[in-house]
Amino acid sequence: MEYWNPRMERIPADELRDLQYKLLKTLVYKLYNFSPFYRRRLKESGVLPDDIHSLKDVSKLPFTQKTDLRDNYPDKIFCVSQSDVARYHVSSGTTGKPTVVGYTEHDLNLWTESLARSLTACGLGRGDTMQVSYGYGLFTGGLGLHYGAERIGASVLPMSTGNTERQVELMRDMKVTAISCTPSYLLHIAETGEKMGINIKDDTDLKTGILGAEPWSERMRDRIEEELGIDAYDIYGTSELSGPMFTECQEKNGAHVWGDQMLIEIIDPASGEVLENEEDGELVVTTLQKEALPLLRYRTGDLTKIYDGVCACGRTHPRMARIKGRTDDMLIIRGINVFPSQVEHVLMSIDNVGNHFQIVVDRKEMLDNMLVMVEVNENAFSDKINDLMLLKDRVGSKLRNVLNISAEVELVEPGTLPRFEGKAKRVVDRRTL
Amino acid sequence: MANYAIKQISIFLENKPGRLAEVAEAMNEAKINILAFSIAEAGDFGVVRMLVNKPDEACKKLHEKGFTVSLTRVLGIKMKDEPGGLYEIAKILGDSDVNIDYAYAYSGTSGAVFILRVSDLELAIEKITEREVELIEDTLFE
Ligand SMILES: [Zn+2]
Repeated sequence: MEYWNPRMERIPADELRDLQYKLLKTLVYKLYNFSPFYRRRLKESGVLPDDIHSLKDVSKLPFTQKTDLRDNYPDKIFCVSQSDVARYHVSSGTTGKPTVVGYTEHDLNLWTESLARSLTACGLGRGDTMQVSYGYGLFTGGLGLHYGAERIGASVLPMSTGNTERQVELMRDMKVTAISCTPSYLLHIAETGEKMGINIKDDTDLKTGILGAEPWSERMRDRIEEELGIDAYDIYGTSELSGPMFTECQEKNGAHVWGDQMLIEIIDPASGEVLENEEDGELVVTTLQKEALPLLRYRTGDLTKIYDGVCACGRTHPRMARIKGRTDDMLIIRGINVFPSQVEHVLMSIDNVGNHFQIVVDRKEMLDNMLVMVEVNENAFSDKINDLMLLKDRVGSKLRNVLNISAEVELVEPGTLPRFEGKAKRVVDRRTL
Repeated sequence: MANYAIKQISIFLENKPGRLAEVAEAMNEAKINILAFSIAEAGDFGVVRMLVNKPDEACKKLHEKGFTVSLTRVLGIKMKDEPGGLYEIAKILGDSDVNIDYAYAYSGTSGAVFILRVSDLELAIEKITEREVELIEDTLFE
């Protein structure tokens, strides 16, 4: 059994809690003194650094929401100045404005350390070749896994997404042993390979998949493992916390969340009350060591639970279950977060279409497909096909700019999409996991 | 003075079965005659264009039935029964910098008629009437 950081990964549970308490107390003290945003927040909630006497007192602290990041766009919530920021990643926000996450050199190191531990727990290390098929760039997936895999001594093939035939060819030719991507993309790669006469199981050296950034199921894991002849591990993370950070170990029984970096709680999303282990609720994370963008009780919107007991692998850190769903209407399409409110925002900025729309998501050849149906605006209806095609293109390219993924656009007659009283159900998700 | 700007009805339609029949049914109910008819398709939607005997009434009726409809002014050109007729018109318009947005033809009782939507209707009428080309008058349909 290999560990990347054996002392920390097997730290006795009570010692870990003690460490977490010390880190939490330091964090609250720092935020109160150096972050105008959190100073205000803490004062409003009536909790001062001296009120934290035990790890359990974390529940007294105020939450941070995704909207707090948007409201403080781009970097007003940061706790360091620009000269200390080593990198930025940007994800799309719920409406209009994106969410910017900054990292100091120390933050990048923490992130890489977290992935080094996790990838080692998946049995990877020197001698492995990892194909990183998450998007590189503003999205955290590509660069995150890239540096994590480099740190453990693996050879990295920085493929990014797209050009699937090339992905298959290089996987075979470079004797790739591990891949990181979304589970649906891996199935698409396998399917493309079949068409090219390359069977992943028989014709490549692939043995491990580090899969995440979208919801998937145990059923899908079984299918991937059987069809591709590999071990498939779930990976969790969100850009606000750094990016993908935690994977399952070889026991495949929940992702190990490194407690010296992140303090996790599960709450009832309605009441905000903290729930017991094994109870389903919303994942709330406090970043214990981050410098540029530390977050106090960040509400991820992800529904999961924390497992009881110590893992058979010997790692003592808490384990969280696979993500069951969302507390909001966020969609994950090809690994990218999409909020219906973003689509609404785009459509409202275009005169010739109405404000009613419907999003239909399904899976074509293993890849997510998003169709946005929008009503043409009767008053602006042009009878020239060319005008209508241009309108369609304009809606499509504006959506792509804002969402960072392409969407099919369909123009429909006014009054034909469903109307809602109260909360609108804009999304039809036909994907089966 | 003759009015050569003919009112054409345009309807936005999704490619759904039965939708076209509903247009015809609405016209039938209102006792409106369809004189010329064309469909331009673009994948999941299309635009139906037609000339009718009572365009304002037809427009109102279709709107009531929930269709997305607009009135557009077009030209109707009577085609001479000789080669090069189409070329002549295209050349007249081209020389005057008038673009043809779209065109379709139909067979009327007195021969073929060519329907055009152009970028500058007034200029097109002016240039065409200078020549020996016969334009259809709006009143012909009423
Ligand atoms: Zn384990």
